[in-house]
Amino acid sequence: MSGALLDVRGLRTVFHFLEGAYPAVDGISFTMRSGEVLGLVGESGSGKSVAGLSLIGLIDPPGEVVEGEVLFKGRNLRTIGESALRQVRGKEIAMIFQDSLAALNPVLTVSEQMVEAIREHADVPLPAARERVIAALRQVGISSPETRIDQYPHEFSGGMRQRVAIATALLNKPDLIIADEPTTALDVTIQGQILAEMQTLARETGTALIWITHDLGVVSELADRVAVMYAGRIVEIGGIDDVLDRPCHPYTQGLLDSIPAENAPGSRLRQIDGTAPSLAARPVGCAFRLRCQRAGPLCAEREPDVTEGPSGQSWRCHHPIPQGDRP
Amino acid sequence: MAVLLAVSLVVFLAVFAVGDPVELLINPEATQHEREMMVRALGLDRPVWMQYLTFLGNAMQGDLGISFVHGEPALQIIIERMPATFELVFFALLIASLVGIPLGLYVGLNSDASLSRAIMTGSILGYSIPNFWKGMMLILLLSVWLHWLPTSGRGETVDILGIPVSFLTWDGVRHLVMPVLNLAIPNTALMIRLTASGAAEARTQDYVKFARAKGVRPQRIVRRHILRNILIPVITVLGIEFGALIAFSTITETVFAWPGMGKLLITSIYRLDRPVVVSYVMLITFLFVLINLIVDLIYAALDPRVKLMDRAP
Repeated sequence: MSGALLDVRGLRTVFHFLEGAYPAVDGISFTMRSGEVLGLVGESGSGKSVAGLSLIGLIDPPGEVVEGEVLFKGRNLRTIGESALRQVRGKEIAMIFQDSLAALNPVLTVSEQMVEAIREHADVPLPAARERVIAALRQVGISSPETRIDQYPHEFSGGMRQRVAIATALLNKPDLIIADEPTTALDVTIQGQILAEMQTLARETGTALIWITHDLGVVSELADRVAVMYAGRIVEIGGIDDVLDRPCHPYTQGLLDSIPAENAPGSRLRQIDGTAPSLAARPVGCAFRLRCQRAGPLCAEREPDVTEGPSGQSWRCHHPIPQGDRP
Repeated sequence: MAVLLAVSLVVFLAVFAVGDPVELLINPEATQHEREMMVRALGLDRPVWMQYLTFLGNAMQGDLGISFVHGEPALQIIIERMPATFELVFFALLIASLVGIPLGLYVGLNSDASLSRAIMTGSILGYSIPNFWKGMMLILLLSVWLHWLPTSGRGETVDILGIPVSFLTWDGVRHLVMPVLNLAIPNTALMIRLTASGAAEARTQDYVKFARAKGVRPQRIVRRHILRNILIPVITVLGIEFGALIAFSTITETVFAWPGMGKLLITSIYRLDRPVVVSYVMLITFLFVLINLIVDLIYAALDPRVKLMDRAP
């Protein structure tokens, strides 16, 4: 897919421990067009956050990106070098973290932390940079930004802090924003507001968005496409309607079944048995087979390859759910 | 204020327990009459509680008594010695900060480097070797064997605003080096360890990762984001150490015969010069309270989460 904004090929990130190297991200590939919203879904420990950080080279030891290409606007971010990558970060690809209180430095004012995001990339005089910061804060719905700009992070509420983080990400009008569970720490009403705002902002500015979350409900409201991660691999990826309405991978089906709203009232909430395997204890063959009701002998023998369906949906499963065979 | 009062009572009683100064002060050949005259003149014939109340009353008016030995106001004698000690402590902490903080930052940010391990090992040594022994070893090495530096005294001094200082003359600097070094070494080690642990913790924080995700230069991340957060505990400890060094540079001053307050204290204890000892402790207590106040003020300036209230709760 040439002309793609982002083309990730076989990205592999391992964590080095005394006993050996464990893959947290085990060869993921996907592409994104400009302005597209991709939901990256998975349980805790599925490698989705590590995948997000790996894209822009923010993996710290003992973690290490060992294989693969991250082609962003035709350049491989893995080989352009740290100083060139630094120019991409925050300017062309911005990131938002889950915990906005931890992500903002407690002893620096909001204005200093936002202004530096501008001035580290372009020679903008301070007053002009402040004007842009104020405009960005207003854009994300912070009232009287002229006075709030000089306050410290602890003077903002949780929702406001996350708006500050979002405004910071928007400052340089990036082509891509990687949002790592930005609404998870917020209460539901704020979560809804921020989701709606992000959607509008992304649409207005034509910014592509990778939305990392464990919540399929959030993804269904926001994303154009969705990638489901399990044990470091993308087990299913495709258009949002295809994947959510016609999941092929049993794991995706399991995630959908665990959304409370999808269950009939009064019925017992369905869940996926067992827990996600730890880095060190991945089973041979398909990593999901021990929790999978469709698993057969083949699943224990070798890992399933990627199968591509007709509408661009693809999955990694020996026994995908046949169409029309809905449980 | 309550602190000062409590300390004064404890110290006053403690110096009584040490021994009778009259034995040391009076010529052994003095007659019984001369002896009683002396005791009365010094007020030592009155009961302890009365002496204490007299002392307290005088202290309120800024009079901490007259030295038995020197015959001058005790406070004045101590204050005369103060600049020498201050000079020592100031340069010791300056060196500790200028050397310790950068080294600590390096260690904290490159904890796996072999140089870091060497620095950390060195800092354990620096911190755990006793002061008096280190002082004597410095004298042995730099004075006795190498003949580089003089062993004792302040050397030539220059007056600034009527206060004699050593660091402006070459001779003074030569005298200053060893005692300052002796005080600076453990404090440098302390600064290294404090900064290193702070930096190691700060660099894994989300705000550092977020700053990197914003594309901020690594130097700026260290300078603004990491250092600013580490400085809060560092300033606190520096303040405490400043007070502690002024009070307890005694050993170093004795080893190097540095004419500061610490040496005066030791001499006064030997001579049972009660007013000087009591005044010294009172002054140090006052300094501690003052330094704590200053540290709190700096703390509030550095950490926006700390708000000073208009009145104490």
